[in-house]
Amino acid sequence: MTTEEQTRQPLSMADLPLSSAELAEAAAAATPRMAGPPILSVEGLRRTFGHLEAVKGISFEVYPGEIFGFLGPNGAGKSTTINMLCTLLKPTAGKATLAGFDLSREPSRVREVIGLVFQDPSLDERLTADENLRFHAAIYGLPAAVSKERREAMLKMVDLYDRKDHLVRTFSGGMKRRLEIARGLLHYPRVLFLDEPTIGLDPQTRLHLWSYILTLRQQKQITMFLTTHYMDEAEYCDRIAVIDHGMIVALDTPDHLKDLVGGDVIRLKTSDDALAAQQIKALFGVEPRQGKDELIFEIAGGEELVPRIVEQVSVRIASVSVRRPTLDDVFIKLTGREIREEETGTQERMRGIMRRRMR
Amino acid sequence: MSTVVAETTSTNTHMSALWRNLMAIEIVWYRDILRYLRDWVRIITSLMQPLLFLFIFGSGLASSFSPAGARPGGVAGVSFQTFIFPGVVSMAVLFTAISSAISIVWDREFGFLREMLVAPVSRTSIVLGKALGGSTIAMFQGTLMLVFAPLIGVRLDVGLVIILMLEMLLLAFTMTSLGIVIASRMQSMESFSVVMQFVLMPMFFLSGALFPLTHVPGWLAFLNKLDPVTYGVDPLRQAVMSGMKLPPVVARQLGLGVQVFGTTLSVLAELLIVGALGVIFVSWAALSFGKQD
Repeated sequence: MTTEEQTRQPLSMADLPLSSAELAEAAAAATPRMAGPPILSVEGLRRTFGHLEAVKGISFEVYPGEIFGFLGPNGAGKSTTINMLCTLLKPTAGKATLAGFDLSREPSRVREVIGLVFQDPSLDERLTADENLRFHAAIYGLPAAVSKERREAMLKMVDLYDRKDHLVRTFSGGMKRRLEIARGLLHYPRVLFLDEPTIGLDPQTRLHLWSYILTLRQQKQITMFLTTHYMDEAEYCDRIAVIDHGMIVALDTPDHLKDLVGGDVIRLKTSDDALAAQQIKALFGVEPRQGKDELIFEIAGGEELVPRIVEQVSVRIASVSVRRPTLDDVFIKLTGREIREEETGTQERMRGIMRRRMR
Repeated sequence: MSTVVAETTSTNTHMSALWRNLMAIEIVWYRDILRYLRDWVRIITSLMQPLLFLFIFGSGLASSFSPAGARPGGVAGVSFQTFIFPGVVSMAVLFTAISSAISIVWDREFGFLREMLVAPVSRTSIVLGKALGGSTIAMFQGTLMLVFAPLIGVRLDVGLVIILMLEMLLLAFTMTSLGIVIASRMQSMESFSVVMQFVLMPMFFLSGALFPLTHVPGWLAFLNKLDPVTYGVDPLRQAVMSGMKLPPVVARQLGLGVQVFGTTLSVLAELLIVGALGVIFVSWAALSFGKQD
């Protein structure tokens, strides 16, 4: 009953935290409810395409109210997994239950309780914002009266109520994504899948969207399953699974994941990286990795070591930087690759070109 | 107490499964209608091609269309334009039906198909909604062509218009369903012109929409019988000609009534063939969409 009342309460802009500091606070304030049975449990989920094994038997559990991050480099198996979890793709093997429904045996029941916000826009641009929601409400079987009430509440929540009768093709990227979030929530899903929800949006719009997501989680106890390329966004997750080559290589809270890095991250620009690397190995017993025109290594108490590095490394040093590990570092450590944002940029541009060409 | 509650809930969900699928069919249909009505440019431009055939191709060929024993410009009072009019109407229906069906490929490229596929309704409902949407639009488009009937001396009354609309709807349903089968196998819009050139144009030309099949070579007559469109065009033509009280000789000269194994099929039989093919195509479409990867 209380959940029902809470869900009926429309969100208003005044409730939304709007700076990133406030956001972080809001994220911390809403404690995940890890108690009780998991809402999503995955056991040995596997998917092959011909000879290629895209997902190699992964297992994990997601608890109600959690924001669960799913990270991995391109081609690691993220999309394949998400497609299986939202019943668009049949698993080759393994089992998954979502809100008690078996993914392979009761796909339509699963579809009733999940909401999706896709990486690529999936709105009908030739319909108005409200018509898109009406389509969704009808296809999810909401009675007309309920549909009307919820459409209004959701459009107000994402600040699109005054644009409800405008064609979606006139909307900006941020507005479209907000509309998609409103649509994904219209049928009150228990789990909301967000596949790269903020890709291609400007930083301010990203921040704004996140404030919706976090406020929603707090007010409606919706479980979120999220993939993202942005490591600062991954920080908002309660737990993160890192997937690489079709396997989960780590699963923990962001803070615990950072401990994996083992100390501070030192980045060094020198005139002779190879020689410097040898000397650092001799001095501290760690092997630096060759980054893009720099050496990178992790070591405890990094700041105190900077003078020693500068003194004892014989090649010319152009710059040294020391910082606390970020999720980016975790990611590099685990997968040996950076989540390449520039790569995403290219993909985005390609999609843009494709769309323009097709119009 | 709790058992009672559980029972009611389960009946409710059972009831709602059917209800929900009907709602889904309706909304998928409604979306197509909404998009069609909003796109005036498309409505006008889709009329262009049939009108070119009717007025330019029709007028141009009328002068040379004078089979033996007929007065110049027509067969016993039936002008060439009158003859091709039902064919040109069916052209509007055919092209609109196929391009509506192919819009599924657009939906796939723009992501909207995914929105439909993850909804908790059966794929069959989505296919049915799509097939009905495409057929309604194609029927509208064909009906718009009827406006030009008086210009070429074809007389229509309300009863005839209703018959024509129903026949167009049936043909449109079959062709939209075929289009959906094709669309479910198409990966991109680039193959659209291939479909047009290799499927639609041959079907249209072979159907006898533009010329009587009375004196054509055997191979052409054979292919004509295999073409589903043949059985959709002839009822339209017979309906248009019905007001003219043509003597049987002229009707034969015009190639009215499809002959299979030496017998002339009745209009009802032809419509049954179109309907049966429609059912086959729509089931095929539902099957190829129902397949989950």
